[in-house]
Amino acid sequence: MPKTIFDKVWQSHVVAQAPDSPVVLYIDLHLVHEVTSPQAFSGLRQRDLTVRRPERTVATIDHSTPTKGLSLSLVDDMAAQQIRQFQTNCQDFGVPLYDLDSDERGIVHVVGPEQGFTQPGMTIVCGDSHTSTHGAFGALAFGIGTSEVEHVLATQCLLQYRPKTCLVNFEGELQPGVTAKDMILALIAEIGIGGGTGYVFEYAGSAVRSLDMEARMTLCNMSIEAGARAGMIAPDEIAFEYLKGRPHAPQGEDWDVALANWESLPSDPGAGYDKEISIDVSTLEPMLTYGTNPGMGVPVGIAIPDPARVSDLGQREALEGALRYMDLTPGKSLAGQKVDVIFVGSCTNGRISDLRQAASVLIGRKVADGVRLLVVPGSEKVRAQAEAEGIDQIVRQAGGEWRFAGCSMCIAMNGDQLQPGQYAVSTSNRNFEGRQGKGGRTFLASPLTAAASAIAGRVTDPRKYV
Amino acid sequence: MKPFTTLTSKLIPLPHRNIDTDQIIPARYLKVTDKAGLAEGLFHDWRYDAQGTANPNFVLNQPQFQGASILLAGDNFGCGSSREHAPWALVGWGIRAVISTSFADIFRNNALKNGLLPVIVDEGTLQSLFDLTEESPQAEVTIELKTRSLRLPDGSMVEFPIDAFAHKCLLEGVDQLGYIRSFEDQIAAYEFARGISIIG
Ligand code: SF4
Repeated sequence: MPKTIFDKVWQSHVVAQAPDSPVVLYIDLHLVHEVTSPQAFSGLRQRDLTVRRPERTVATIDHSTPTKGLSLSLVDDMAAQQIRQFQTNCQDFGVPLYDLDSDERGIVHVVGPEQGFTQPGMTIVCGDSHTSTHGAFGALAFGIGTSEVEHVLATQCLLQYRPKTCLVNFEGELQPGVTAKDMILALIAEIGIGGGTGYVFEYAGSAVRSLDMEARMTLCNMSIEAGARAGMIAPDEIAFEYLKGRPHAPQGEDWDVALANWESLPSDPGAGYDKEISIDVSTLEPMLTYGTNPGMGVPVGIAIPDPARVSDLGQREALEGALRYMDLTPGKSLAGQKVDVIFVGSCTNGRISDLRQAASVLIGRKVADGVRLLVVPGSEKVRAQAEAEGIDQIVRQAGGEWRFAGCSMCIAMNGDQLQPGQYAVSTSNRNFEGRQGKGGRTFLASPLTAAASAIAGRVTDPRKYV
Repeated sequence: MKPFTTLTSKLIPLPHRNIDTDQIIPARYLKVTDKAGLAEGLFHDWRYDAQGTANPNFVLNQPQFQGASILLAGDNFGCGSSREHAPWALVGWGIRAVISTSFADIFRNNALKNGLLPVIVDEGTLQSLFDLTEESPQAEVTIELKTRSLRLPDGSMVEFPIDAFAHKCLLEGVDQLGYIRSFEDQIAAYEFARGISIIG
């Protein structure tokens, strides 16, 4: 029977299954960070257990790390204490850690692929919902809770039920100024933030095949914002080319063996899915969210919906609540809306190609008066590369702040945050109430749209700059 | 984990859809290294104003809901981040069950591991429960896990779905890590067959 890529990866990782019970699934790679792991390590200590596969466990510090400098005196005592506890945990349990002073540290979902840990056909988990990012390589990658982090640390296994599969076909050619971020925002706007619950997405179609790996990661990253725990893309030459020579990718003969295996992963012709969705990207425009969840998105020039025209009572109330929080007038487009802060970074759009895109708009221009631009590379490697290309200078000369790597204002745990009432255009992935700081208001968009809005001081269509 | 058998309580109505985990527990409360004390941050930005004063209109601050342990919420409860701090905070405050039309996957998994029961009902039932909280806020419902049923004040019963494994785990307080470890032989065989060496 023809199989999907999901079936192939799933089936090859089933260790056991008792009747009427979930599968015991083997996990190839476990990524760990400081926020969702402390209680898991405490659990191991209480039971006197060790980490079963420290060599398949990779730790990095990202969520509560300072980005102005690397001293823990730059964050509050609780964040500093959490980071210290994490360092101790990694040391006590023999887990390799990209520590604060590492040149390769960064956001967990940027570091994994960059170092070549993330490979096709793997099962990958992390106590973080954006683990879906790694599916760009044809891995089955999903977020787990802290109890499950403890399970994987102790046994390298997880209890899982088989999810359903959904094929998402993106066909056509993107117009200049429109990116993978706009593709995923358009998908979530169409199916809603619960539209993928219970499913693993497989992204396919000509528009996906022509994306580079970083753009594919942006796409898979936000699968969770549609409720899907994972998104996968069949690995191809573009993926193999990206991986070749990375520090933790297979080398020499091992590479050839791995490659033969990876080439067998793409879904077989005729494989069945539980659901299929198709989106034509050729007419897609730059997207922005206007509300308080990632499904509330519209093309930049289109009016935000009017609750008065929504017939479903629950939806109308949700929309009214969101517009009240955002203090926006229905029936008007977001273009021209004044903004206070621009955030370029996160595991969605903090890679080198994202920073290059932002820089392509910022070069030779100035950020509008009164607007704060914060550019935070996704990893220290990304930062070094960007500095080698002069991107830091472009950002600084435009009047923006250039930072060390971390999650920063995506989650506002490290002091980088919006003030109550401020509006931000952010390249991150969540616009929930207070996500970027209590009372802050977020418009999610691509790096191009963010940079264009920084220059204008208002929400701006980036196509006039590309 | 504490076993879950039956639970009788008033319903705490929170009639919003898509309540995300950033609302359940804002990220600034995630700097803890244990599970205790998170109840203080539960729904913090809805419960307190900018000065930290309790908002009297928010349900959790209303005297009649103190001690209640069933939350009634709109569709897609618990979407967003994977933070298990969300169920820890709910349980810490005293919530033992959430009734909604659907739950986000990771939240549901996390809840079940903490003795917090996600009860899925259809739209009509959810609406009638919200109506009930308006008409008779003192009314209590009973969740009986063994029979997978919800008993309403008028005596009627509504069944809810829960998979056999989660059902057993909750009823008996099964330790899931212990359960996975009981497959040690199979795990070792799997690793051996794939050349995943014992020493690493
Ligand atoms: S950048 Fe944001 S979404 Fe990504 S891992 Fe960090 S906090 Fe989570």
